[in-house]
Amino acid sequence: MFPEALEYHVAPYISNFVKWLLHTCGPAFDAFSNSLITIMVQIEHGLLFIPWWLWAIGIMFLSWRITRHIGKTILPAVLLMTIGMLGLWDVAMETLSIIIVSVVLALIIGIPSGIAMAVSNRVNTVFTPILDAMQTMPSFVYLIPALMLFHLGKVPAVVATVIYAVPPVQRLTNLGIRQVSESVQEAALAFGATPWQLMKEVRLPLAMPSILAGINQTTMMALAMVVIASMIGAGGLGEKVLVATNRIDVGGGFEAGWAIVVLAIIIDRLSQGAAGKFDNTNIQR
Amino acid sequence: MDSNSETYILEVENLWKVFAKDKIECNLYDAAAVGKLEAAGGVVAVRDISFKIKRGEVFVIMGLSGSGKSTLIRCIPRLIDPSSGRIMMNGDNVSEMDQEQLTEFRRTKAAMVFQHYGLLPHRTVLENVSFGLKLRGVEQKDREMKAEQAIEQVGLKGWEAHYPSQLSGGMQQRVGIARALVQETDLLLLDEPFSGLDPLIRREMQEELLRLQEQLHKTMVFVTHDLSEAVRLGDRMAVMKSGEFVQEGTPQEIIMHPADEYVQRFVQDEQKIALMMEQDNKPSNVRTLPVRSGGCSDKAVSGTRR
Ligand SMILES: Nc1ncnc2c1ncn2[C@@H]1O[C@H](COP(=O)(O)OP(=O)(O)OP(=O)(O)O)[C@@H](O)[C@H]1O
Ligand SMILES: [Mg+2]
Repeated sequence: MFPEALEYHVAPYISNFVKWLLHTCGPAFDAFSNSLITIMVQIEHGLLFIPWWLWAIGIMFLSWRITRHIGKTILPAVLLMTIGMLGLWDVAMETLSIIIVSVVLALIIGIPSGIAMAVSNRVNTVFTPILDAMQTMPSFVYLIPALMLFHLGKVPAVVATVIYAVPPVQRLTNLGIRQVSESVQEAALAFGATPWQLMKEVRLPLAMPSILAGINQTTMMALAMVVIASMIGAGGLGEKVLVATNRIDVGGGFEAGWAIVVLAIIIDRLSQGAAGKFDNTNIQR
Repeated sequence: MDSNSETYILEVENLWKVFAKDKIECNLYDAAAVGKLEAAGGVVAVRDISFKIKRGEVFVIMGLSGSGKSTLIRCIPRLIDPSSGRIMMNGDNVSEMDQEQLTEFRRTKAAMVFQHYGLLPHRTVLENVSFGLKLRGVEQKDREMKAEQAIEQVGLKGWEAHYPSQLSGGMQQRVGIARALVQETDLLLLDEPFSGLDPLIRREMQEELLRLQEQLHKTMVFVTHDLSEAVRLGDRMAVMKSGEFVQEGTPQEIIMHPADEYVQRFVQDEQKIALMMEQDNKPSNVRTLPVRSGGCSDKAVSGTRR
């Protein structure tokens, strides 16, 4: 046994720090929470407002544009229908709205910071170990800070999801920009490109395939995290799984799990397809 | 502005470029200090080079791989910042320009053609050629009109909507040349533009460049490691070796009077060709230029003496 005399707890200090933080910055946190909730509710309403058949048509339309393959066009729509048939339509839309908000926030944070890493070696050396650490940490860990600052509900779920989902897009933005050929960049500079023009006209467009791959990965990470975040009150499909697990309700768990897998497949296919469309670096026609 | 800067469009004075880990603080004219720099892993790529180019002249810089040609030509628009020395263009001191003036200089005064083309893979031929004008903020309609003209000049009409990856090497370099021409700069900087092309295409491109030069009368700095290219294109040329000009003059002077062993090795073949031509058809200016006996390889020398 470890001697009790050597025990030392940091928990009270951390709790006090968070209390102090909430006391001093409380209004800011509240404002952030409220606006996030408002946005999420709006998006959820929007998603539910679209009738199911329009969803099916929309997804078939996008799949057709991306794949030009009849089977690959009909399958996603049929899969989506199964979610409705299992009675999980509204819950799935709840999950989707959290994913959308989280991904948008993750991109707003991840892409500019990835650009900053590509532009400045100093920023790169600061961020790289942080990103490494973030990717080795189990996803549960992200629930803690979110929980501390925002208690239970959708807002901490989004915060945890955003933190978890930022690294891939940030990394791949940085990598994509750094991999742009030196000789192409030199030519642009020789013709009088300013640093901003170089970024906008050369580096970002040529990094686009890498950035889009990052967006795809970030989206998939967000989906995974939203399910886990049901533990702190994200609601949606994750909550169904959680409840089913606690009740040892195998059938219910399978249905909710199925819906999550369907969402994952559809989102992955669509975002990868979009990435392929935007891949403008090796155009062969 | 004196009359000097009227005749000379580009003047490079005592240019140095040292690649070193740390900032260079020593006196570059102190041989011992430079030796120390090199011993510490520094590379003196350009060593105290000066030259002047007249308006409308094609100045060829020739030398083996690693002799510093690319570094030298990149120092002119300061894609590489020289360690020391002065670059004057049309009486403006390029070496003292701030970032804004330098951008303006690169946009309007000097255009460059690269060995590896440096085309934007995600842009069409038309967009690539009009890229420089876009950077300047020229309206789309105007820049496409000018780009069309340049594309026609280099013989690529009909390829405007293609992407670089769809073109052969020679055609890509034509795009590179059109992109430089459309800038309407006095000065063209060409860094081994034809080195990546096979001999027949290379020959074709050289002729194309000569044809364009007849119309446009540009001032050119042309880097190559190929003597026949230098002879064909150059009004004047310089031979470069480990960062220095070992000889400067017209191609003929250099072929007939190689300054040392290094230049001699370059010009051997060309001398033989000249001698063969002389034997075939008598009237040739080669005969009037006595070959310097000292540095010449035996065959070439005995050939002339006979
Ligand atoms: N960024 C750099 N850092 C350090 N050394 C460099 C750098 N760029 C060039 N050098 C060195 O400077 C010397 C001259 O290089 P440069 O590229 O100018 O030669 P070059 O004559 O153009 O050769 P090539 O025919 O192969 O193009 C070489 O020894 C090269 O290793
Ligand atoms: Mg070179």
